[in-house]
Amino acid sequence: MRQSFAVAIGGAAGQGVATPGDIFAKIFSRRGLHLNAYNAYQSIIRGGHTFLIVRTGPEPVSNMGDRLDLLIPLNQDTMDRHLSLLGPGAACLYNADQIHPGTAAAGVQLCAIPVSQLADITKNKVAQNTLAIGAALSMMGVGFPTLETALAEQFGKKDQAVIDENVKVAKAGYDYATENFKPFAWPLPMTEKRYAVLSGNTALAMGGAAAGVKFYCAYPMSPSTGVLHWMAAHARKAGIMVRQVEDEIGVINMAIGAAQAGVRAMCATSGGGFALMSEGLGLSAQAEIPIVVIDCQRAGPSTGVPTKTEQGDLWQMLGAAFGDYPRIIAAPLDIGDCFKLIPEIFNLADRFQCPGIVLCDLLLSEGRLSVDPSDLNFQTHIDRGEFITSNGVETHEEYKRYLITESGVSPRAIPGVPGFTHTVSSDEHDENGVLISDEFTNTAKRRAMMEKRMRKMAGIESSVAAPELLGPADADVTLIGWGSTYGVIEEARDLLRDEGISTNQLQIRWLVPLHGEAIVELLKKSRHTIIVENNYSGQFARYLRSETSFVPNGFIRKYDGEPFMPHHIVEAVKEQLAGKTSLSVPVHEIMV
Amino acid sequence: MATDVITPKPMVMADLKGKVDPDWCPGCGDYGVLAAVQKALVELQIPKHEVVTISGIGCSSNFPGFIDTYGMHTLHGRSLAVASGMKLANHAMTVLVTGGDGDGFGIGGNHFMHTMRRNIDLLYIVMDNQIYGLTTGQTSPTSRIGMKTKSMPFGNIEGPVNPISLALAAGATFVARGFSADQKHLTELIKRGIEHKGFSFIDVFSPCVTYNHDNTFQWFRPRVKKLEDNPDYDHTDWQAAMEKSLLWGDEIPIGLFFERTDVPPLHEAEPVLKAGPLIQQEIRLPADIAKSFVDELM
Repeated sequence: MRQSFAVAIGGAAGQGVATPGDIFAKIFSRRGLHLNAYNAYQSIIRGGHTFLIVRTGPEPVSNMGDRLDLLIPLNQDTMDRHLSLLGPGAACLYNADQIHPGTAAAGVQLCAIPVSQLADITKNKVAQNTLAIGAALSMMGVGFPTLETALAEQFGKKDQAVIDENVKVAKAGYDYATENFKPFAWPLPMTEKRYAVLSGNTALAMGGAAAGVKFYCAYPMSPSTGVLHWMAAHARKAGIMVRQVEDEIGVINMAIGAAQAGVRAMCATSGGGFALMSEGLGLSAQAEIPIVVIDCQRAGPSTGVPTKTEQGDLWQMLGAAFGDYPRIIAAPLDIGDCFKLIPEIFNLADRFQCPGIVLCDLLLSEGRLSVDPSDLNFQTHIDRGEFITSNGVETHEEYKRYLITESGVSPRAIPGVPGFTHTVSSDEHDENGVLISDEFTNTAKRRAMMEKRMRKMAGIESSVAAPELLGPADADVTLIGWGSTYGVIEEARDLLRDEGISTNQLQIRWLVPLHGEAIVELLKKSRHTIIVENNYSGQFARYLRSETSFVPNGFIRKYDGEPFMPHHIVEAVKEQLAGKTSLSVPVHEIMV
Repeated sequence: MATDVITPKPMVMADLKGKVDPDWCPGCGDYGVLAAVQKALVELQIPKHEVVTISGIGCSSNFPGFIDTYGMHTLHGRSLAVASGMKLANHAMTVLVTGGDGDGFGIGGNHFMHTMRRNIDLLYIVMDNQIYGLTTGQTSPTSRIGMKTKSMPFGNIEGPVNPISLALAAGATFVARGFSADQKHLTELIKRGIEHKGFSFIDVFSPCVTYNHDNTFQWFRPRVKKLEDNPDYDHTDWQAAMEKSLLWGDEIPIGLFFERTDVPPLHEAEPVLKAGPLIQQEIRLPADIAKSFVDELM
């Protein structure tokens, strides 16, 4: 089992859960440790309950894990909700003036901090938070100067007095813990590595910048808004035009206009906004104007649970907009992949002049992960496809924007180039762009134009790698997932191996095109197949079946708004192997 | 036509003829608008490859196919959003937006309001015939009360929008109204609208000869009065423009209601475009800037 340490901080929104989280994240990553942070929160600005888990360790940490080592409840509610999650060796740090501990399990250290004795609470409203951070780091075996530096950076924009006050309070907490509390059995290690820590939304935005996106537009919608925030904050340095538009219909159409001008244009939204965009997707495909749309899925339908995660939009993506048209759909596997995928899908969208859809979700979008900075490569390959930007004075045959070709791709001239004037159209059209929807209606031309566009799918499929099995070929169980479940399934496989159950994993990144034949070929050799996904109806299982007729032995699904934890999958696999059920729906034990 | 590379020859009307002839009904008001747009471009001598004509869907939205510029025939109601993206990504282009009253004030109403407040440098020409034509005659957002259509066979009981007042209220910096039958006047308005730096809106009475039997050429002709004929009218006076916009009946003003030149168009206000049109800017980030983005995360 991989060594890791998880600290959880909970309180009401507005109580300052984020700041200690940021400080812990900074300290962990500076020690050369990996980390994963997941914040369970509610659609409320002040009050309610928010619960942040930061998990760290010397090896990659892909998910929140199964075990809490340290709980810091900032209010009674958090104590009441979560103390029971702690097991032997764990500790709970709390404000003795205001919070009453419940009954903890044997071996749990209850650490009462006398906040009003250690700090002037009339001056410092968040003294309990700062004292707890100091105490926690002492118990983790981290030297105080590390915290001093982190605090100075955290409050760097404020004046020196604020920094001094926080350092003083943190030191009081640190010293109190050193004298009164038992340190953790596993002091935090240190490595020579240094990691970048970023959210999926930041990774998607930076991936856009690396892909050469020059136009980004959006309407605010959780959990995609972080992409807009990064883009807006970095627009001027990056030379990216960023616009907040009146609605998602305007968003996609504005992006299409910019893309037709010749720049790379991207937009992000969540399921509801995507629904408004769907007619625009059809326009992108029909007029053959490449754009990339990101859907950060949240729990639906309708407004649903805006701050909770789900993989519930797959069929919306598969069926978005009427009519048949070529499209590309990919789901990033983790936060690092959010960065890497964007240039890849832009190259495909540009080469095949069709919409590219990125199916992300709240878990990745708003989670945070340590990533090796060398994986954030801005010198990535850029392929704009067949693109006419200037014709000089050469003569040419009449330009046909929708020239029928074997690949289905017609060279694309952008407005401004002399000699290539043409009209792109959402109506069906002839090779030269003339509408064939009215007086020139022609069944042969319509058929030829449909076939030309759809031929692109073969080219896209051969440009995308088929998925491969991870793990031993002759495993007892094959776990099949798509997108963001990659890390948690992988960790569950480690735990299953420790229990004597060998597994392999098929994780789907490219949903369209799917490489169905290659998938069936792989799965034919599997002994027991289980599809794991974060939705009610098994959307991927149904899709795989519709494309290949493949039916797995079992399903693990979760649709309570929270992501899988490794033990959910472990227990489900065991109950399915024991023949108890073929559909497991794990219960989320953390009440958030 | 083998090629149309840059030549020193001045552009003439025939150069702007589209690949196909318009398929509008004989006598449709839109013919007059097409001719006025082509005439304005010829008089201004804007090379046709530097013009993009963008429309939504509807009879009048077939416009881009009938003129030889770069063109985009987009979705119903979305022309302004698409045109905004086009202009902001390449502000060296002259972007004309054409469409009807249903397209612009009905399904596209939200984009209409927001494009005006952003003052994006577009010329938006609405061929306003107070009816849905391509869907064979239903009530439009500018249909008058009492007008009988297939969707309101007993007469419209909903009040119409006033496009001129709406544009003035939304912050449009150039607001005008033309009449398709008055070519010369309309051509002048279009030229001024193209030259205006910012969002220009021209609502053009362009009668539907098939489905609208109330607001015909004959109905409009005696009623339209040119604001330019009134020497006291000051088109820089917003309140005066608002008052004139409310006139409807025996006298319906046409001409330039309002223009202000003190608001920079969005592409001038946007710092990212100081380096030139977006399409001409370097696609790759400089290495030091890319590095600074990663360093922020360390």
